[in-house]
Amino acid sequence: MKFLKYLLVGIFFGIVLVKSEAVSWYRIYEMFKFQSFHMYGIIGSSVSLGVLFIWLIKKLGVKSIKGEKIKTVPKEKGLTRNLLGGAIFGLGWALAGTCPGPMFVLVGTGVFSMLIVIAAAILGTFIYGVLKNKLPH
Amino acid sequence: MELVLAPWPWYISGPLITLVMLILIYFGKTFGMSSNLKTLCSIGGAGKYADFFKYDWKAHRWNLVVVLGAIIGGFLAVQFLSDGSPINLSGNTIEDLEILGFQDPGNALLPSEIFSWDVVLGIKGMAVLIIAGFLVGFGTRYAGGCTSGHAIYGLSNLQKPSLIAVVGFFIGGLIMTHFILPLIFTV
Repeated sequence: MKFLKYLLVGIFFGIVLVKSEAVSWYRIYEMFKFQSFHMYGIIGSSVSLGVLFIWLIKKLGVKSIKGEKIKTVPKEKGLTRNLLGGAIFGLGWALAGTCPGPMFVLVGTGVFSMLIVIAAAILGTFIYGVLKNKLPH
Repeated sequence: MELVLAPWPWYISGPLITLVMLILIYFGKTFGMSSNLKTLCSIGGAGKYADFFKYDWKAHRWNLVVVLGAIIGGFLAVQFLSDGSPINLSGNTIEDLEILGFQDPGNALLPSEIFSWDVVLGIKGMAVLIIAGFLVGFGTRYAGGCTSGHAIYGLSNLQKPSLIAVVGFFIGGLIMTHFILPLIFTV
């Protein structure tokens, strides 16, 4: 039962991603063409509120469901990995029109060819893991 | 109910994504979907080939459950919470896509020119999906996160690595959209 709450959060997340049209290939294309505010509005409002609430959580020392003080996990540093890895991700994001959340949501909407994208993404992750020590970070 | 069935505007959707992140933080977790791709590698036995995949993946099962929920959420959203209205794309976007040979842009969530089985079962269509997926999977792990982990969670935490990664996302995305897509989809 401890997983039920995660299932419910996931269901809500999937619904929001479809209803926001953030899962749409067209919306990603439109975003990279700077032809609509829609995606910038979604990401911008989400991040702005995120900054505010995470600041408040830390300031007020809010505790998690387990009673521990909430800590955020720092991201790994490295100009090469973030810029180059990010650019490789961006190429795929704009081609597939989907990132690692929406690709699963889209399977639920009935786009089963997305399973090929997911399989290829798992392969890409695997190849990164194998090559990790040889890549500049 | 009509408001629920119609597409949701950005000022509703964006804050709701923040809410998802905050709930996961309250549960003592993080927000990041691409970690699941790594977890799936580990479950599949990738630890035999690289130490990168030798970790306690069972501690990350909760995130797979989130993704399972997201699949169900996608199903529920199209089956019960949609009125079938087309995507309200900008006129310029529709024009640009028609030039590239896309029929009726925005009439469905995804273009059939990329995702229909007719296209996917051809060599070019299959290559597009495999290359796209591979770049997403490889790039996201190299960068240490994707749109959720870096752009939403990382930026919300004022993480400099995330800002650099998001700049990278846009460099790649702009190159693909402006220079490579027109080469792939020439009429």
